[in-house]
Amino acid sequence: MTCDEAEILLHALIDNELDAGHARDVEKHIAGCPDCAAALAAYREMSKAVAGMNLRYAAPAGLRQRIEASLPRPTPQTLVTRALAPDRRSVLRGFAMGSGLSALAATGLIAIVMRNDGEQRVLSEVVTAHLRSLQAGHLIDVVSTDQHTVKPWFNGKLDVSPPVVDLTAQGFTLIGGRLDYVDARSIGAVVYRRRQHIINLFVAQTANTERHAAKMETMQGFNVRRWSEQGMNFWAVSDIGPDELAEFGEKFEAALPASS
Amino acid sequence: MPFNSSGEDYERAQRFRDAALPYLDDAYTLARYLLRNADDAEDAVQECYLRALKHFDSYRGPAMKPWLFAILRNVCRAEYARRASSPATDIDDIPEGAEQTPLWHEVQDTPETQMLRERDASAVQKIVSALGEPFRETFVLREIHNLSYREIADIVAAPVGTVMSRLARARAMLRSAWMAQEEQQK
Repeated sequence: MTCDEAEILLHALIDNELDAGHARDVEKHIAGCPDCAAALAAYREMSKAVAGMNLRYAAPAGLRQRIEASLPRPTPQTLVTRALAPDRRSVLRGFAMGSGLSALAATGLIAIVMRNDGEQRVLSEVVTAHLRSLQAGHLIDVVSTDQHTVKPWFNGKLDVSPPVVDLTAQGFTLIGGRLDYVDARSIGAVVYRRRQHIINLFVAQTANTERHAAKMETMQGFNVRRWSEQGMNFWAVSDIGPDELAEFGEKFEAALPASS
Repeated sequence: MPFNSSGEDYERAQRFRDAALPYLDDAYTLARYLLRNADDAEDAVQECYLRALKHFDSYRGPAMKPWLFAILRNVCRAEYARRASSPATDIDDIPEGAEQTPLWHEVQDTPETQMLRERDASAVQKIVSALGEPFRETFVLREIHNLSYREIADIVAAPVGTVMSRLARARAMLRSAWMAQEEQQK
């Protein structure tokens, strides 16, 4: 090997980019060539020093905001379409009822638009919590198929008492409960099994006591059925099909004891 | 237009945001070195993210960072082409250092040497920015972004051997420029 060759290859040697054969060749040359040996030592030092320096630039905050702003966001159009898609006739009824109601609808629309980001975030957190629960040893804090064991277990652990309903007869086996963490707060998770599939039912308190009909959403391949009643928000998350998850939700709602 | 198309766009944008935005500082750093101008770098990075989003559906790899960098490099090259009429400011006339005395000394980390290092960093940034384009690009991808020769070769569309020789040349230039600076300070 000549010095000219070694001069280039020694950089690959420093970067661990040489296969064993070439590395041996370079090392052999260097062992017999003081000039190349000195160069290798100097470049090694230089690489180390450069690696220890901060040579990066931080992106200006304005750039991040501009890029964020250029990404598609949910438009009011989309939300209206989505929210009302199941019953488009009600949109027409709304129009017929005059501008007063339209104005009201518009106000509601703003609330929907503003709330959507938060809802999306919570949705993705709920799915993440579901995924986390499937890792070994994370699924259940209290193991029981008995609702009278699972329900009291939550007492004092949460600001809400999650309803625990035994749905074994309906094909959904209660297997336990767990404390989880979503949207920076503790949340109850009641765990059911359908064949080999796990259903996490997340329950959180909400200030809103209105009943919200169920909405089915899909995220990262999981189905999420979300609804609200009796001052609680529910998210049922599972990899079972949307029809089966809907069935679960309906049976749960039907079996839920009336508000006390 | 189908009713739910903007909804899908939004979900796609969400996935893109999660995958690509963590590399914003990396992309900006590369653009700063390639274009040597803060405003142009911002524009290039923004354009890069727009293009990346457009092609996100067909993205199957490589890793996100090299993929973004390949797009960014194309954007920056278009910018070079635009600038082509303006006088070249690339510096290839960095004096060749003849001496082979080692540049870097192992130092203990005292507050003084810490300060020295910070000064060193901005000095090195200047020297790197002064390197000719192919050398600067290779050096930044390797030393600042820690990409492998293979990844760099894919990004700059050149053989690995070329990457290796450009890197050798870049380090040699950095070393002599550094030595020249030290000479001046004496």
